[in-house]
Amino acid sequence: MKKTISAIAAAGVMAFAANTQAADSLTIVSWGGAYTASQTKAYHDPYTKMTGTKIVNDDSASEGLAKLRAQIEAKNLTWDIIDMVASDSITACDEGLAMEIDPAEWLAAAPDGTPAAKDFFDGTLVPGGTNCFIPQIVYSTTFGYRIDAFGGKKPTKIADVFDLKKFPGKRALEKKPIGNLEWALIADGVPAKDVYKALDSKAGVDRAFKKLDTIKSQTVWWTKGAQPPQLLADSEVAMASAYNGRLFNAIAVEKQPFGMMWDYQVFDLDGWVIPKGVKNLAEVKKYIKFATDTQRLADQAKYISYGPARKSSAPLVGKHAELGIDMKPHMPTDPNNAKTVLNFDYVWWADHRAEMDERFNAWLAK
Amino acid sequence: MSGGAVSNDLLTTADGTPLKVSLQRALRRSRIRAFLLVAPLLVFIALFFVVPIIDMLYRSVENTIVEKVLPNTVVALESWSPSSDEMPPEVVFAALNKDVVKGFKDKTLGRLARRLNYDKPGMSSLFRKSGRRAKRMKDVDFQGQFLKVDKKWGDITTWALIKRESDPVTASYFLAAVDMRYNENGEMTSQPEERQIYVNLFIRTIAMSAGITLICVILGYPIAYLLSILPMRTSSLLMILVLLPFWTSLLVRTTSWIALLQTQGILNDLMVLVGILSDDGRVQLIHNKIGTFVAMTHILLPFMILPLYSVMKTIPPSYMRAARSMGASPALAFYRVYMPNTIPGVGAGGVLVFILAIGYYITPALVGGQSGTFISNFIADHVSTTLNWGLAAALGVLLLTLVLFMYSLYDKIVGINNMKLG
Repeated sequence: MKKTISAIAAAGVMAFAANTQAADSLTIVSWGGAYTASQTKAYHDPYTKMTGTKIVNDDSASEGLAKLRAQIEAKNLTWDIIDMVASDSITACDEGLAMEIDPAEWLAAAPDGTPAAKDFFDGTLVPGGTNCFIPQIVYSTTFGYRIDAFGGKKPTKIADVFDLKKFPGKRALEKKPIGNLEWALIADGVPAKDVYKALDSKAGVDRAFKKLDTIKSQTVWWTKGAQPPQLLADSEVAMASAYNGRLFNAIAVEKQPFGMMWDYQVFDLDGWVIPKGVKNLAEVKKYIKFATDTQRLADQAKYISYGPARKSSAPLVGKHAELGIDMKPHMPTDPNNAKTVLNFDYVWWADHRAEMDERFNAWLAK
Repeated sequence: MSGGAVSNDLLTTADGTPLKVSLQRALRRSRIRAFLLVAPLLVFIALFFVVPIIDMLYRSVENTIVEKVLPNTVVALESWSPSSDEMPPEVVFAALNKDVVKGFKDKTLGRLARRLNYDKPGMSSLFRKSGRRAKRMKDVDFQGQFLKVDKKWGDITTWALIKRESDPVTASYFLAAVDMRYNENGEMTSQPEERQIYVNLFIRTIAMSAGITLICVILGYPIAYLLSILPMRTSSLLMILVLLPFWTSLLVRTTSWIALLQTQGILNDLMVLVGILSDDGRVQLIHNKIGTFVAMTHILLPFMILPLYSVMKTIPPSYMRAARSMGASPALAFYRVYMPNTIPGVGAGGVLVFILAIGYYITPALVGGQSGTFISNFIADHVSTTLNWGLAAALGVLLLTLVLFMYSLYDKIVGINNMKLG
């Protein structure tokens, strides 16, 4: 009796183990919320329908780099593909945590035959000189405001964010120095192209913090992408910096009374990174080739207002899948929105992030 | 009288062995049995508690990365001294080239650059630039070629930093954790004032945790007293009211406080409705210290009430009656007879609440704003965002030391054995 029980138990364990080893699933890490929902509808579901491979979503991309490093150090990799912003991918590539990508091998060409390396916007495949990054979308951090907060007046430039007299009310800013320091300098009168040169000197950094001091008491600091639209919806704040896709979702889907101010929006790239030593390499390659082709990137724009990173996808961007509104005017890359853009300097921030973080946190804590 | 022959100096058992020896043999067996019972828990704690803590202690001083990635440079720098005020000789630059080429190929250079960048901003891009160009350098005049890549190679402080951090152990993480750093001459000085955060944060964490513990004692004591003197049926019903929030998810409770306390939230709306506040004069009750105090007290109160209740339940009511019968007023009887008996419960609840509060992370992150965050938020930030695990480990070690110190203080004042959970 005991022998049969233990034999059945052993067989059960082996069957279970074999089942979990099945290469029929991919674990993809992303940011959650409306963003993951758009990826699921545009990439994951069509892929599963096409190949039968199950896709497991993990929403821990905000700690993606740290967890990736921990997994690789522990030699226990459980992720297959990670969605990272470009600056994190530079770190992952430099530390040998990510696989190097050859665009010719990994990425599909455009429908008209242009090779992938030329179809993606210039520089997006090689941020900071590394080549581990597969760009998906261009997103921007920009400002949203409550339409009913200023008696009909509309903020149109960054200086308005710092103008508490003309535009009274609280602000919500991201709890990081990135973006905020540059905006403070631009609002203080520094031309956008000289911002990083100014920040290279202590006087420039002091000037940025002094400008931020003028609104510090009226600022709520957010850490997760879902917070600023919530703060605006609750009327806790009158103006908030946020990821443009989340603001679009609040305005178009939830019908919130917000407006968008695109002045000096900070462009950034979001894309895929493949961990080094990933197990189902063949399946991962198949997925990436599918999920980053021209039509797929244009499809994601049907669900969230982030711009595809491919030139060939832009004309294919159509209407929102559920609401039927034309998505083109809501893209951060649309000429009406991109009149003034702040180009994020990855190299400067890679050098100065630790120092600025400390200074920023000390300033916050006072 | 067959057994137990009493000799002049030794008691023996029936088979002649001394009593002491056979007693010890019997005891040893039961001791081994007891040890085997505890062994799984010991292994569990050793593996999942002690080993990670030792690993953290190690990470807070570990600095083998410089030696590993720049082995030749470190050796070549041994004969150079930063106080000589001269550039390192050409042989150092040649060694640097060898190391950088290998580091770039093996992808170990990036992490080293990041580590050095914590101490001197600019190192990150310096190494990245050099990594890319090092392979194409010619075999003569490495010094000149490196200087052409970036002027920072001509800066003595760069070399002083590399030499100083060549040791496999470093104090720089601990220095940073107490708002100090090495200056250009290698002496320890304090950080510039605008970068001092951690000391204030430690003070704030301990002060606020102590405050929360005090508030929990003040609020929890009457509740526990009421629960202990009511008849069983009523007190069980009331106990459910204490336990229900305890069983609700932490995150749900914290976010519901946000809805209650925000400036456009329920409490402010109520006060405006009643007329205490004007509509523009709404009070900021959240995203600051008040939010942290309120939310954390709410969450930690059951930890105070339950031990207190258990202890109070064991105090016989006849004590109070006896004190009253001897002429004490109710207040005096309470103060002289009842309260001292509850000190062990207060101690248990207090220690529990304090230690939990000090390590709290989610609630201060959500409702603390900028003035109500704790040191644990920064430790978490260094682990997940800035990836400065050495500094996170150093802060963790300091927190651990602080807690152990407070614990030993508590032991001296109140006595650990003077703590009951029921």
